[in-house]
Amino acid sequence: MRTIAIDDRAGAAGVEPLDWPKELYRVLKQHDVRQMSYVPDAGHSRLIELFLADADVVSNLLTTEEEGVAIAAGAWLGGQRSVLLMQSSGVGNCINMLSLATIGRFPLLMLVTMRGEWAEFNPWQVPMGLATEPVLAAIGVRTLRADTPADLVETVRSAATLAYDADQQVAVIISQRLLGTKQW
Amino acid sequence: MVTPVIGSLERRAVVARLLRDRDGLLVVTGLGSPSYDVHAAGDHDGNFYLWGAMGAAALVGLGLAQAKPDRTVMVVTGDGEQLMGLGGLATIAIAAPVNLVMVVLDNGHYGETGMQRSHTGLGIDLASIARAAGFAGAVTVTEQAGLESAAQSIRSRCSVTAATASARRRCVRRTSPASRTWSLAN
Repeated sequence: MRTIAIDDRAGAAGVEPLDWPKELYRVLKQHDVRQMSYVPDAGHSRLIELFLADADVVSNLLTTEEEGVAIAAGAWLGGQRSVLLMQSSGVGNCINMLSLATIGRFPLLMLVTMRGEWAEFNPWQVPMGLATEPVLAAIGVRTLRADTPADLVETVRSAATLAYDADQQVAVIISQRLLGTKQW
Repeated sequence: MVTPVIGSLERRAVVARLLRDRDGLLVVTGLGSPSYDVHAAGDHDGNFYLWGAMGAAALVGLGLAQAKPDRTVMVVTGDGEQLMGLGGLATIAIAAPVNLVMVVLDNGHYGETGMQRSHTGLGIDLASIARAAGFAGAVTVTEQAGLESAAQSIRSRCSVTAATASARRRCVRRTSPASRTWSLAN
């Protein structure tokens, strides 16, 4: 399995494409993120590898995404910032657990890679792809969508400030068009 | 189907014993009676009480333990709350925090909803599940003597910052369903 970058407008113009996973890692490190939790995901694979190689960040492999919401709350109780990486299907696993973040006003930063929206071939991804942003809004989590790599980096920077400094619960929605088409 | 033996322990007394001379112990409680039990033992700045987000308690404890490696974190929850987060046992086991202690007050029933029997009340053994997930030290305590031993073990860890992974302990306690308390104020 591999991914083909679709958004290569920068490359087409003769400029090196933005290495957005590395940029996101830099932004999160600048915000002093000390814990990362994840369920393996193709779209997040590079960012996950960067964190796993970082001895200053504790990374937790989860069995289901909602565990990461609870870990983030615990991390904050202990004075640390956490980031939660997941795919859109994982948002559906988190809904009740997100009441912990919203009622406790725990800073929460989720980075959500989308499936089920752009050139999706797997019908099972479509329902949760449609529901991702509405259900997050319904439970009280703000969503910020990014459609290009450059926009994504700035969006995560903004979301990190909203979360960690303004005590908000924020999900950055990384569009499937940005991620590229999955090839089997 | 096997109905587990219910021990003679009374939940409030168990919690009070575990929290006696707590020093720097940080405590996270799970939805329902365990939150009431810990509060009844005396409110404390080092307590965080959950009254929702079922299945969260152990993972909140993990995040806190990872953020505060020099402190011991004790999660106090119930069998129903822990059963909703069984996958979390695998997540915690591979994270292998040396400063996290889990206590499950296992009365075999869902107290908040009217004392319907839980999976443990119908024969599922949480301590065995925990051991299989990698909590080598998981024990079930049903009598006072076992409680004293577990309390001493937890207490000794409060002053030890360089514990080994094998020292991780998850204590599952069986408490009498008749001893449940419903009131927040006690």
